[in-house]
Amino acid sequence: MVSLLNPLKMVYATKRPKGKGKWYGIGIDIEKCIGCASCARVCKVENNVPNEPFYFRNWVEQYTITNDDEIIVSSPNGGIDGFTQPVPDEEIYKTFFVPKMCNHCAKSPCTQVCPVGASFESPEGIALVDQNYCIGCGYCLQACPYGCRYVDYDKGVIDKCTLCYHRIKKDLDPACMMACPTEARIYGDLNDKKSAISQFIKDNNCAVLKPQLNTESKLFYNDLSQEVH
Amino acid sequence: MPVQVKRLLIVFAVFIGLMIGLKVIFTPESWREYGAYRGYALTEIADKEAKYVQMETCVMCHDSIGELKDQGMHINLQCELCHGPGYIHIEDENVDMLIPEDDQFCVRCHAINAARPQDIIKQIDAEEHSEGEECIMCHNPHQPGL
Repeated sequence: MVSLLNPLKMVYATKRPKGKGKWYGIGIDIEKCIGCASCARVCKVENNVPNEPFYFRNWVEQYTITNDDEIIVSSPNGGIDGFTQPVPDEEIYKTFFVPKMCNHCAKSPCTQVCPVGASFESPEGIALVDQNYCIGCGYCLQACPYGCRYVDYDKGVIDKCTLCYHRIKKDLDPACMMACPTEARIYGDLNDKKSAISQFIKDNNCAVLKPQLNTESKLFYNDLSQEVH
Repeated sequence: MPVQVKRLLIVFAVFIGLMIGLKVIFTPESWREYGAYRGYALTEIADKEAKYVQMETCVMCHDSIGELKDQGMHINLQCELCHGPGYIHIEDENVDMLIPEDDQFCVRCHAINAARPQDIIKQIDAEEHSEGEECIMCHNPHQPGL
């Protein structure tokens, strides 16, 4: 009923809490990522993700830009199988690793398109899937511009990164955050000015993926190159 | 009012009543508690079991290894990255955790790759450096400086 009176409210999945409520954001430092894919590996174990390729809640890609301006993207089993350089050193102009995961967007397209209301954002800003309500239509899979959802064929529902909601509620860190050996991954409360993530955004030149789609992604990359799509 | 209009209004009332009744019956209890979704789903998701226990829990018992690790470059590394999740072991210490001997555990991070920053991690070419020997023959994984 409220949404009929104020249609603008429907665009935001959850309103950012003013004052004391938590509003989770994520930061990834591309300068520090060494492409070990510990984050991808640990996530699969922690969240019972099927072990086959293409079922990922988060994964790592290697971007190689050659001297001829060719962009090569490689992600062997999401990075879990180890990266090999596609071209020898002399031909590389620049190369780096980009870990990707659910961006937990504030204006997430995935929550807007769900026909039953199984895809939603928690009050803290974490995009979640209600697996007991999901009908498995896959519309959210198509809607997500970052490609971070997958079908859990055993249950017939959609699954995705939950920012380890079950761990956050027990005062543990999300699996991928604790696994990173170089501390390239940070998460925290964007409403708290003293949190690590707020400091990360202030100290670094941060960018988000696909800003033109206006998803208000809360995953901030440091040192993100324009070739990353 | 003509009788047809009255009959139509009765039919409308029946159908609208049916729709409202079905909506009341079938809407889950926690619907709209926080937003347009089942509020109970938050509890269901939060109740899942956490598998990785994190380093602080490991060193509560394995404190000597923890101190050894604190002296070397692997100080920030989580134990469970190589040893697997610890949630079973902390309940029943007789259940062994994974003891990695394969080189793949080391090569994952230390293999030479142009995208890896040289100042953050030492890299080696696996065949040239060790010539077929295992990494742990020469390096202590808890304190690689030894």
